[in-house]
Amino acid sequence: MIRFLIKGLLRDRHRSLFPLLTVTAGVTLTVFFHCWLGGVFGDIIDYNARFTTGHLKVTTKAYAREADLFPNDLALFGVDSLCRRLQDQFPGTQWSPRIRFAGLLDVPDENGETRSQGTAVGLAVDMHSAGAPEIGRLRIDQSLVRGTLPESRWEMLISDTLAVRLGLEPGETVTLVGTTMNGDMAMRNFTVCGTVRFGIAAMDRGAMIIDLEDCREALDMPDAAGEILGFLPGESYDPIEVSRIASTFNDPFAGVQDDFAPFMQRLEDQGGLSEMIAYIDHFSGLLVFVFVLAMSIVLWNAGLIGGLRRYGEIGVRLAIGESKGHVFRAMLAESVCVGAAGSVTGTAVGLALAYWLQVKGLNIGSFMKEASMVMPLVLRARVTPTAGVLGFLPGLFSTVLGSLLAGIGIYRRKTAQLFKELEA
Amino acid sequence: MNASNGPIARLSGLVKRFPMGRGHFTALRGIDLQIMPGEFTGVVGPSGSGKTTLLNIIGSLDTPSEGSAVVLGRSIGELSHKQAADLRNHHIGFIFQTFNLLPVYSVYENVEFPLLLLRKPAEERRKAVLEMLEWVGLSDKIRSRPSQLSGGECQRVAIARAMVKKPGIVLADEPTANLDADNSHHILKTMVRMNENFGTTFCFATHDEKVIRYLRRKILLEDGRVTKDETVKKPRLRRAGT
Repeated sequence: MIRFLIKGLLRDRHRSLFPLLTVTAGVTLTVFFHCWLGGVFGDIIDYNARFTTGHLKVTTKAYAREADLFPNDLALFGVDSLCRRLQDQFPGTQWSPRIRFAGLLDVPDENGETRSQGTAVGLAVDMHSAGAPEIGRLRIDQSLVRGTLPESRWEMLISDTLAVRLGLEPGETVTLVGTTMNGDMAMRNFTVCGTVRFGIAAMDRGAMIIDLEDCREALDMPDAAGEILGFLPGESYDPIEVSRIASTFNDPFAGVQDDFAPFMQRLEDQGGLSEMIAYIDHFSGLLVFVFVLAMSIVLWNAGLIGGLRRYGEIGVRLAIGESKGHVFRAMLAESVCVGAAGSVTGTAVGLALAYWLQVKGLNIGSFMKEASMVMPLVLRARVTPTAGVLGFLPGLFSTVLGSLLAGIGIYRRKTAQLFKELEA
Repeated sequence: MNASNGPIARLSGLVKRFPMGRGHFTALRGIDLQIMPGEFTGVVGPSGSGKTTLLNIIGSLDTPSEGSAVVLGRSIGELSHKQAADLRNHHIGFIFQTFNLLPVYSVYENVEFPLLLLRKPAEERRKAVLEMLEWVGLSDKIRSRPSQLSGGECQRVAIARAMVKKPGIVLADEPTANLDADNSHHILKTMVRMNENFGTTFCFATHDEKVIRYLRRKILLEDGRVTKDETVKKPRLRRAGT
């Protein structure tokens, strides 16, 4: 009997091929858009974590309130011991002190006169300690356009765009003019050892990267840092774990009124990222819901039309002695087969498209020249294990629902009525 | 359920009403009737007289509004959907005006279908299907699809499908309505031979003179009532060239 039904299913394209194509199309779109949204928003979160927020960030309470202004006068002191304490308390998580600052870059000519000048946003990270994880984390080595990474003290990387604007070549000297953490003027010469391009408009417009110790000395911030960024093992974000770490760290300081008391924030507590994460979650859910709904309606209609078209067959089967329940179950089994086949095909096609866009990416650089948000200029999809199973939800659910709704017609009509319609 | 001991179908005071607007329409008005095993009988009457409704009740596709219909020892009004399906599955064959073959299946598969529902073993199915196709003269068309057959051939497949499980009764609703005279006589002769060979009871609903000529019992139905019930000693079968 099963073979008989399968034969019918395969031979009747209205029952198999057309629903299969519908399911495949719907599942393909669901899987592809899930990967696309996950990739784009995931990259935005990932880039923000790497460049600005970390998975966790420790600052003083006052610094946290005014973080956008780079208020280094409110920076943390005793950073080395604080980092050791964090490392002991939360083993596995990497803690990296950073200083964000702004300054003026002055390029002298051969006479020491100003040849060109430009403002730049600075980022000081550890670039000389063993392993220097910040280089890999910020992908500085991969972003190098010209020159080399800093190999000795007082060397600086600047964005390639800024270097071109200032007419700088690797090996030339620039003077950083800034302010110390006490508000005094700070001036220090650096050698530009290389230029970088991160593919992030906000960084590429005018960024300079120097070693943390050089920055501390230049800006008179001994054993200080504006912020200490924490990164979970594997650099993958785990909202439950970061919440646990943040609350464990903050609890002892909860009642402390001191503005310079350390304060830990999670990634989503910073820069409106919580809204973005919620948006991703809701949008992904909405996407699946919309596709389930749309496909259910389409397949319901297809099922109804198929059901009407199959009145003859159903009527005959009932007359011959097949029970309504058996007909109904056979229809559901068919829809499960079609749904499963469509889900497999749609998932494969969706994943293939998503993988292609993961590798190739979509360059939006020309639209992002003035963007201040930390986000990649090449948007990529991201193929995840979830995407491999997600499509089965709308694929199976909508086909079964469509058949269910269409099949109810069999139950609601009297056998003789079905018969009458069959003869019509 | 031994049909040979009593009537195949016994209808007593059978009434069937259908809802129509706020009231109802009475299709059958107190039918009292018995159909005995081996009969080659027909319910004859004009359109709208209730023939199909009567056949539907005998075939357990519908239930009486009043009275009783006992078919092969089972009271139709008291059967559940599943029991009614079981009764049709085992004991009743249907032949329709529009053939109603399953278009995606071959001739062989169409005839095999009732046996699949009965869970007959493959070899038994094969034997029965081939035997029945030989009876209707379609042994050379077993792989054909219904769309490749003529109307007469389709109806012969439908007869083979109705007969393959050797039912107690075959109900044929206007089986010749879509056929020309030659094909009508051909399939009627086939059914007569089957009736004689297998002892299968045939019950027709028809107003086609070609069919009526073959009947050995004519039950005239008018406006939902049996107005005449006559047995024909010697049916006026078709002569060559007529």
